[in-house]
Amino acid sequence: MIEPIYFQILASMLFCVGIYGVLARRSAVLVLMSIELMLNAVNINLISYASFSDLGTDHASLGQVLIIFVITIAAAEFALAIAIILRLYRNRGSVNVDEIDLMKG
Amino acid sequence: MTFALVLFCAASVFVIVGAIVVVTTRNIVYAALGLLVTMIGTAGVFLLAFAEFLALVQLLIYGGAVVIVVLFALMLTRIEDFRHLSNNRQQPIAAIIALGIFAVLATAIISTPFPHSERTALSVYELGERLFVDWAVPFEVASLVLLVALIGAIVLVRSDDSGREIEEEDKE
Repeated sequence: MIEPIYFQILASMLFCVGIYGVLARRSAVLVLMSIELMLNAVNINLISYASFSDLGTDHASLGQVLIIFVITIAAAEFALAIAIILRLYRNRGSVNVDEIDLMKG
Repeated sequence: MTFALVLFCAASVFVIVGAIVVVTTRNIVYAALGLLVTMIGTAGVFLLAFAEFLALVQLLIYGGAVVIVVLFALMLTRIEDFRHLSNNRQQPIAAIIALGIFAVLATAIISTPFPHSERTALSVYELGERLFVDWAVPFEVASLVLLVALIGAIVLVRSDDSGREIEEEDKE
């Protein structure tokens, strides 16, 4: 029998792999992919609380609707971020996040 | 160990292995494929939580759209620049921070009792009814946000003077 705690441990592992990716990667595309991993971890966490809830189907549907919104916003964010990265590549010839220091004081 | 638990472990292996490939590989195409593996594993996890519609959405949007967008973006830029990726010098600190956050999260999760019932299924019919009756206005706002974001993306990548830019690229 699957316990909700398994889902939550899986989600926290995925979230921490995502944090490692955001901190350790240089390419902006890979930082973006790591952010997607973290968003997925949040979705797994939400589904565990939604489908194991003992408060009835209202809460289950609330969790699933929330996940649909998270996926929508993630898709919008992803498209915009890829556009910004392409623009950055055209203007600067590099997408390494530690070389983008135009606004450094 | 029940069959469902075996399936859950398999899906978890997909998720974690794909994620580790994304954050460690030197080739960005492998990273995109690792992201795809993670998304497929997440769809399996959704199926095991009886959320079949979300599993489908996950496969279509992440597996289909997002990974293809990444691959297209790489094809439109010069992929040689991405062939040999290097990590920055923060790698050990990043690993320590990630492990620390995992320790905190795991301790919190294990020590917090969560009163739960059996897995409850929610039919697609019921989910659709909720989404389009109770959450109709936020749904429309989300679609507007998506539209604005996509138009913004097009405006961003459109070159100011496309003819001149192509000439410059030809010279290079």
